[in-house]
Amino acid sequence: MAEANTQAVVQPATFAFDAESEAKIAYFVAKYPEGKQASAVLPLLDLAQRQMGRTTGSAWVPVAAMDEIGRILGMPPIRVYEVATFYLMFNTAPVGKFHLQVCTTTPCWLRGSDEVVHACRKATGIKGWKETSEDGLFSMTEVECLGACVNAPILQVNDDFYEDMDAARTTALLEALKRGEIPPVGSTIGRQTSAPEGGPTTLTSLSFEKTE
Amino acid sequence: MLSDKDRIFTNLYGIHDWGLAGARARGDWDGTAAILARGRDAIVDEMKASGLRGRGGAGFPTGMKWSFMPKEIGARPHYLVVNADESEPGTCKDRDIIRHDPHKLIEGCLIASFAMGAHACYIYIRGEFYNEAQRLQAAIDQAYAAGLIGQNACGSGWDFDLYLHRGAGAYICGEETALIESLEGKKGMPRLKPPFPAAVGLYGCPTTVNNVESIAVAPTILRRGASWFSALGRPKNAGTKLFCISGHVNKPCNVEEELGIPLRELIETYAGGVRGGWDNLMAVIPGGSSVPVLPKSTCDTVLMDFDSLRDVRSGLGTAAVIVMDKSTDIVKAIARLSAFYKHESCGQCTPCREGTGWMMRVMNRMVQGRAEPEEIDTLEQVTRQVEGHTICALGDAAAWPIQGLIRHFRPEMEARIAAYKSRGASSRMAAE
Repeated sequence: MAEANTQAVVQPATFAFDAESEAKIAYFVAKYPEGKQASAVLPLLDLAQRQMGRTTGSAWVPVAAMDEIGRILGMPPIRVYEVATFYLMFNTAPVGKFHLQVCTTTPCWLRGSDEVVHACRKATGIKGWKETSEDGLFSMTEVECLGACVNAPILQVNDDFYEDMDAARTTALLEALKRGEIPPVGSTIGRQTSAPEGGPTTLTSLSFEKTE
Repeated sequence: MLSDKDRIFTNLYGIHDWGLAGARARGDWDGTAAILARGRDAIVDEMKASGLRGRGGAGFPTGMKWSFMPKEIGARPHYLVVNADESEPGTCKDRDIIRHDPHKLIEGCLIASFAMGAHACYIYIRGEFYNEAQRLQAAIDQAYAAGLIGQNACGSGWDFDLYLHRGAGAYICGEETALIESLEGKKGMPRLKPPFPAAVGLYGCPTTVNNVESIAVAPTILRRGASWFSALGRPKNAGTKLFCISGHVNKPCNVEEELGIPLRELIETYAGGVRGGWDNLMAVIPGGSSVPVLPKSTCDTVLMDFDSLRDVRSGLGTAAVIVMDKSTDIVKAIARLSAFYKHESCGQCTPCREGTGWMMRVMNRMVQGRAEPEEIDTLEQVTRQVEGHTICALGDAAAWPIQGLIRHFRPEMEARIAAYKSRGASSRMAAE
């Protein structure tokens, strides 16, 4: 269960989906049978969070957005609130431009996630979880298993996984982000996805005709 | 050692084209209409004969699960829901299927849905897999454009719609009824069973929830035959399986192997061995965080399949092998899992909501040794009071790692308590 947000948050009085978001609402709602449009509450909360990120630089879901989603889907506001606060990925308070989500669950911890946490703190000046750096560039959240454990430790930045991290590569990544660069996602030591370091040792006898 | 020609996930590492053309070159979507033409019963019987057991953790026979759906489609439509909420610590296999072999999953969705009389299927993917979801949606769009799914899918006469639904960060949504609740737009809180989803599932309709890997292997099984699949592995533990080897190995990786491969062979052949050599091994969690840890003495000989691991009081789970060498603080490793379950408890059932927090707090003291020796028994007893007393298995999953720790590493816990006491600090008996 996501923790309740106890920080004082300045909530915008209103929220409206912009044209870019509007175009997607019908697409999401159409995935579910007639009368079951409440199923679209997760996609619409995500849509609102992305719009906030796009338009304000901080990807979070204000209460006014929850109310608007309730109106669109015909749900009482409380049903939207309880969903928005149950799921960890919805930020109910503003976050930095880069949301650093550090996995510290056992498989990542065994591979050195403590170092990654430390490097993030050092590079951003953030002391605790759920805090944002003074320049508004970074927020840090401790997350549970991200499902990429053979590439541990993982640092998720917004939507992207940076894998096989250590302290030095974490620092280098954050410095690059500060310079406005977005380094390539995935393994930071050049591994072929989840294959062992040095290259696959299975599937090597197969060849497939050249496609596309 | 499994030969490449018997591997199902031939693009496991994403070296080849994930798209439709690449998938076809690897044999996907080959004669799908002919498979459907065999009819529902023949497909379900073939799946039963293959011996495939569900790949999501519980190991329930997949063909049998499919057969539980009503034979006739009544007033309520049938649904297939694919569980792609992969969140069990240590597990990262479905991610590779989704991003590198998405058409195996999509073809499996069509065939499984047809076999259960479902015209619609939802794939529930964990929200953090954003890039993977984009990839899968692109593959779904390809399949629609090629007429492989949609109206008259593959020219079979069967109408089939496939929808992707993204979760938003909640481990509990990997539990099938919590997943259904979440898909309906609610908090992911598990439902009491019965009624089982096959009777009352998504939107109150007959529903089957299957893991990604279970569905993605189905087309290959049906093409190559049940006897091919059941000849691999061991009796009652048929076929190949994706293993995820993480932790203190030289080369962590995913690999597809036969069920029943010795754990030591799996680690040494594919993952470059334990860091510092096999004798540097302390313990292995063999099937994702929910299954009890095994000491090295068991790891020396145990086979990686459902029944072999059950016989040593652990489990295959998701086949996520978490390796810990002798440098590991084993109490802390398990305590971190206790923190995980506390964080992920949905809060619905009191034994789990309160128990996971209590167990985490006591485990954190055990890490320091700030406890009385008899509290180890108290902790054990509390895990028994949580286990089996909750709506879903999250309570069990929180209890089992601690039970495994006490069973195999009690001397380490006691030594730590003694060391703390010898430093002159007084422990605090806690009714936390």
